[in-house]
Amino acid sequence: MQQPTTLFPLPSLTLITGHYGSGKTNLSMNLAIDSARQGRTVTLVDLDLVNPYFRSSDYKALLEGEGITVVSPIFAGTTLDNPSISGAIYAVIDAASENGNCVIIDVGGDDVGATALGRFAKNIEAQDHRMYYVINRYRNLTQTPQEAAALLPEIERKSHMKAHGVINNSHLQYETTDETVVDALGFGEETAGLLGLPLVCTTIPETLVHGKTAASTLTETVKNGYAVSILVRTPW
Amino acid sequence: MSEKVLMKGNEALAESAIRAGCRYFFGYPITPQTELAAYMAKRMPKENGVYLQAESEVAAINMVYGAAATGARTMTSSSSPGISLKAEGISYLVGADLPAVIINVQRGGPGLGGIQPSQSDYWQATRAMGHGDSHLVVYAPSTVQEMADYVYHAFDIADKYRTPVMILADGMLGQMMEPVVLPERKTEFIEKPWAACGHDNKRPHNVVNSLYLMADDLERLNIERFERYAEIKATEQRSESFLCDDAEIVVVAFGASARIARTAVKRARENGIKVGLIRPISLWPFPERAIERTMDTAKAYLSVEMNMGQMVDDVRLVVNGRRPVEFFGHTGGVIPTPVEVYIQIENLAEKVGA
Repeated sequence: MQQPTTLFPLPSLTLITGHYGSGKTNLSMNLAIDSARQGRTVTLVDLDLVNPYFRSSDYKALLEGEGITVVSPIFAGTTLDNPSISGAIYAVIDAASENGNCVIIDVGGDDVGATALGRFAKNIEAQDHRMYYVINRYRNLTQTPQEAAALLPEIERKSHMKAHGVINNSHLQYETTDETVVDALGFGEETAGLLGLPLVCTTIPETLVHGKTAASTLTETVKNGYAVSILVRTPW
Repeated sequence: MSEKVLMKGNEALAESAIRAGCRYFFGYPITPQTELAAYMAKRMPKENGVYLQAESEVAAINMVYGAAATGARTMTSSSSPGISLKAEGISYLVGADLPAVIINVQRGGPGLGGIQPSQSDYWQATRAMGHGDSHLVVYAPSTVQEMADYVYHAFDIADKYRTPVMILADGMLGQMMEPVVLPERKTEFIEKPWAACGHDNKRPHNVVNSLYLMADDLERLNIERFERYAEIKATEQRSESFLCDDAEIVVVAFGASARIARTAVKRARENGIKVGLIRPISLWPFPERAIERTMDTAKAYLSVEMNMGQMVDDVRLVVNGRRPVEFFGHTGGVIPTPVEVYIQIENLAEKVGA
């Protein structure tokens, strides 16, 4: 039986899309690190052309320390606010299905961020791939299953691709408790139901799985739980 | 009571302004403030409000002037270079005694500077936001929750004293996400008998203007306005004091740098240094009384800022030579680390025997 909080099987190419601020970058980095620790050759592509701060490129040293290759927009991390995509992304996508490779693409938020994905759609579809839609019940403006479901068709239209599943990443950052996770389980199932997609996993903060709350029954309550660490950090 | 939601600082500013009754937003995109305008573009139509992307920052601030003159709650937002463009219009708002809220999500400067966070518009906001004898009330939030709370409060202060109010945030606070409880929708507003909103032949018509050709008239008005400033200084100082009761070293920091300083202060306390933190929330009026209260125990002051040393001037004005006042900071978008601030505290403590 699969351990309740381990990584779900990733295809050669995984696309992480969702509402702006739903936690895509933090999730993408967790997936990349866990896959690398399983021995796969991991490349994380930062395709976020919307967000100037708190992007996966900012954590390059941490990721490279795990043996992960990071591909960033050309001017990421500089103070030039210029949405230029690296040509290296084509090479990464086209080689995705080679033996043992694992490519994770951290897409920018909303339909605006997903627009950057459109030009790669044909190349991506030639590979073994899955596109996942990340939702957070506590994120302002996408708090009901209806609101959360409404955004995906826009993302699909702009990216020229179809999502394969939903990831329930409902959290309140450091204030996330067992209750926070449990209260959002219905939201995850309903949103997936409205979209006619499988609920791939529900994330649980690592601290609630292995931390001091040893009495936590969270991993039993949550089906397909995936433990994530908070990697996106502030400077204090 | 609303429930907790996760929001970016920029979004919290926008949503809270709507809840404070703002229905007229005029803006122009600039990083790292753009989410605020984007949020307003989405939300205002649903509130029967106006979101207008003006042709420039100069146009936007003059639209704010027009909306404020009719008595409406109105706001504009930008980041450092865009705020400089608004300066003329802000002085006109002051000269016409118009309430309005202006958001500055600061980035590095001068000039186009960079898009990373900074606090280098402190002097501009507190000293010379516009020409003439003028001031704005300036608030510096340091959490996403305070972004929501102070923009809400800013509209009330603006109406009460008939003055523009600025929220001086920075890119870090604008871009970061935190859980926040949004304020309830405001339903009662003060009367604005001065507003130019139609007299229906029932009163003399109101004129909203900042041009006074008779020197005596202009002087009288400026003196009256400075009486209001005196009242603001007496009643609207806001700050937070952290571990200051016995503090021999007092760190002074606002906004994002206060959060860095707090981590350093906690660590220094663990190592036996008697250190505290004063966090100015109102930058104008500067919280002079909070600083003065630390004078009994303080041996030295350390101002920590994301600039070349600006607020340190205000700390020195209060301390007035009675104690040494030092400065530590980074600028241009570089953020000080808690470790760096800790080392400064430790060195200063050694120097003054604290």
